[in-house]
Amino acid sequence: MRYKTNPIDRTYFADEPAEDFNVIGSVVQRSDALGHVTGRTTFFEDLSPPDLLHVKMHRSTRHHARILGVDLTDALAVPGVVRILTHADIPNNVFTPLKLIGVQPDDEPVLAEGKVRYLGEPICAVVAETEAAAYEGAARVRVDYEELPAVLDVEEALAEGAPIVNEYHGNNYFTYEGHHCRRIRFGDVESAFAAADHVFEWRYQSAPIEHAPTETTGCIVVPQPDGRLRIHSDTQACFFTLDNTALILGTPFNKLRIVGGTVGGGFGGKVDIAVEPVACVAAMLTRQPVKYVYSRYEEMQVSSPRAAERIYIKDAVMADGRITGRKITLYVDAGAYSRHSPYGTTKAAAHLPGPYSIPNVWADCHCVFTNRTPSSAMRGFGVTIGDFALESQMDRIARELSMDPLRLRLINAYRDGDMKAHRKVAEGTALVEVIQKAAEMVGHELPAEYRQMSSMDRASMDREGR
Amino acid sequence: MAKLRGRGYASVNYPTGMNLGGDPSQALIHATTTGTFVVSLSSVDLGQGLKTVVAQCAAETLGLPMENILVDTADTDTGPHCMGTFASRGTHRVGNAVIMAAAEAREVMLAVAAEELEVDAGDLETDGTGYIQVKGAEEKRVHITDLALAAHFTHGRTISGRGIFLKEKNDPVPETGEMDPDSCQAHACTVAVVEVDDETGVVEVLEMHNAYEIGRALNPAMVAQQVEGGAWMGMSHALFESTEPYYPTRDHGPGDFNEYLMPGPADIPMYHNAILERPAGNGPFGAKGIGEMTANAPIPAIANAIFDACGVRLDTMPFTPERVLRGLDELRGNHH
Repeated sequence: MRYKTNPIDRTYFADEPAEDFNVIGSVVQRSDALGHVTGRTTFFEDLSPPDLLHVKMHRSTRHHARILGVDLTDALAVPGVVRILTHADIPNNVFTPLKLIGVQPDDEPVLAEGKVRYLGEPICAVVAETEAAAYEGAARVRVDYEELPAVLDVEEALAEGAPIVNEYHGNNYFTYEGHHCRRIRFGDVESAFAAADHVFEWRYQSAPIEHAPTETTGCIVVPQPDGRLRIHSDTQACFFTLDNTALILGTPFNKLRIVGGTVGGGFGGKVDIAVEPVACVAAMLTRQPVKYVYSRYEEMQVSSPRAAERIYIKDAVMADGRITGRKITLYVDAGAYSRHSPYGTTKAAAHLPGPYSIPNVWADCHCVFTNRTPSSAMRGFGVTIGDFALESQMDRIARELSMDPLRLRLINAYRDGDMKAHRKVAEGTALVEVIQKAAEMVGHELPAEYRQMSSMDRASMDREGR
Repeated sequence: MAKLRGRGYASVNYPTGMNLGGDPSQALIHATTTGTFVVSLSSVDLGQGLKTVVAQCAAETLGLPMENILVDTADTDTGPHCMGTFASRGTHRVGNAVIMAAAEAREVMLAVAAEELEVDAGDLETDGTGYIQVKGAEEKRVHITDLALAAHFTHGRTISGRGIFLKEKNDPVPETGEMDPDSCQAHACTVAVVEVDDETGVVEVLEMHNAYEIGRALNPAMVAQQVEGGAWMGMSHALFESTEPYYPTRDHGPGDFNEYLMPGPADIPMYHNAILERPAGNGPFGAKGIGEMTANAPIPAIANAIFDACGVRLDTMPFTPERVLRGLDELRGNHH
């Protein structure tokens, strides 16, 4: 099924050369649509190899505690429990997923070692013949804790004397090449504040958000006759998972094979290396197929959420609406471990100060460790919550100046050739045009000089808009 | 007690890819003797339609119908390397790799057709239905099914191609933050129309107008699905969702979908979408990645619409009835 529709508004960017495509620009039915809506698509859990074992995790009941002892006696006595894994069974227990692109230090144990740093942290993996026996075994593991002070707020975590969350870092922040945060330094914001007609400063806050995929995170590992492991996984990144898992197992990379590609929703949650290493170790030790899949509760409360962020934005604004300086302090709540948050924090820095040309920008973007479920990648991380703050800020400035909120944005919108705060020259910009189009869609009237603005012509704005 | 209506705006940009560690993806393509081209990848389709879009890129480049393309993914034993599906990179990186592979395969296909038809390869063209024909003499032609057989049994040629896209590693300058993290930027402006019930604090989104500039709409129906699906997620983030509703304390965390609420069918507003195209020089047929960004503009647009409706400025997500009511109480001077 293929047909042409014409939803593209070509009155904008009309100078772009017309292209005569055969298939591109046509509506082609999604290749897996029929399988999905008729229930015939095969997901990893549809596999049921003989002698399949099940893994369930015993998890921390504390935010932050020393582990004094782990008693497996009752758990091992549960009929059907085959084996219980602890950190001693994991060849390279401490890792960080972005070591593949050079991010260090390794800061997260696959299974807790000596202490726990968040509620729900995995301590021992119970391998059993049935899912029920695995749950029963996990419930009967007894852990003796010595409670430690926990810190759950990003600014409290950075205050002097706060308990250290993650000793591998030594501080409650990720260190960027010797700096305590990812920095943007462009122009001189303090002079901009001194010369501004108005200075506005507001604070924004979000809370952790769940990816909520229909299919929870999981895998089935099937040992092969040649000694290799075939991993059926719903990972979003096959080789990324393979490489990290091999490093944790201490095996050659080609001992592992990932079979995936059909995923019931990802949104970033399935880029973590959450289930494959433990399932592989269990399969290697038992020489049987092993399934480890998150329950919905684990998906909600244990798997990485979207990071909570706290953002302070201080703007220097002229009476005509020009924003001449923007100072941003961002705290990304990474939880107890790095995972992908150091990267997301850098992505946030590159996004600042939003799609506007502001001549003076200062940003300190902190990736902060707290005693909570580690956050990680999620659809647009570093940007989504930033946009909430930036665009709320724009609305508030417009209200303060009694200005049309779209005109305020058009005056400040970045254009081709503008130098962004991270010193990359803007090209292919189109903020002006999407604003013009949105105004047209809702009947929001703009004066002629605003309708004539163009992303390709900064002079038109300097001439007419300012 | 009243239902108060308001309108809010938000305009955003979003980067395609995030390459601080280097960002490659590969594709291989070969014709079987049936004339079907198999695109081999290790890339993951999360349900967003990556397999469909890259098949379109292969068909367009080869000049063949969609029916002649199969996508085989994602097996690390048989598919070449892909970094993964994240950072709005799939369509851009994998699409480019597939175009490069298909272009190489097309060149071989035309060379073999030139041998078969005893003409110069430069005089050949594809008609989009499966034939390779001589320009200006269309009766002189060969169908890809026959050509693929002849390539194998007569000419001893493989019709295949290799492709890779690599955005090279870039390290930020620690002092200034100077960096080159992405390949291009897509743009959006969302207008949300909401109704706030000043008795219950419930916010209903009535309309969402989305203007997007995305480089090139490779598959306009799937673009609309991304825009509307993302707008739903943005609305859900704005009004409903958190695993820790009393952050930073961890109490009352929901454990399933009975406790973790999201918008149902009756909560979905009227969507009005417009798509603009300003092709990116480095994008596959000019396309930019919009997978992630579609959830972003709706959140502040709704926050701004709530302010427009009732004067309550919500600076903390999500915008629950409790927060709306507390804001209204504060405006009325009622402090509890």
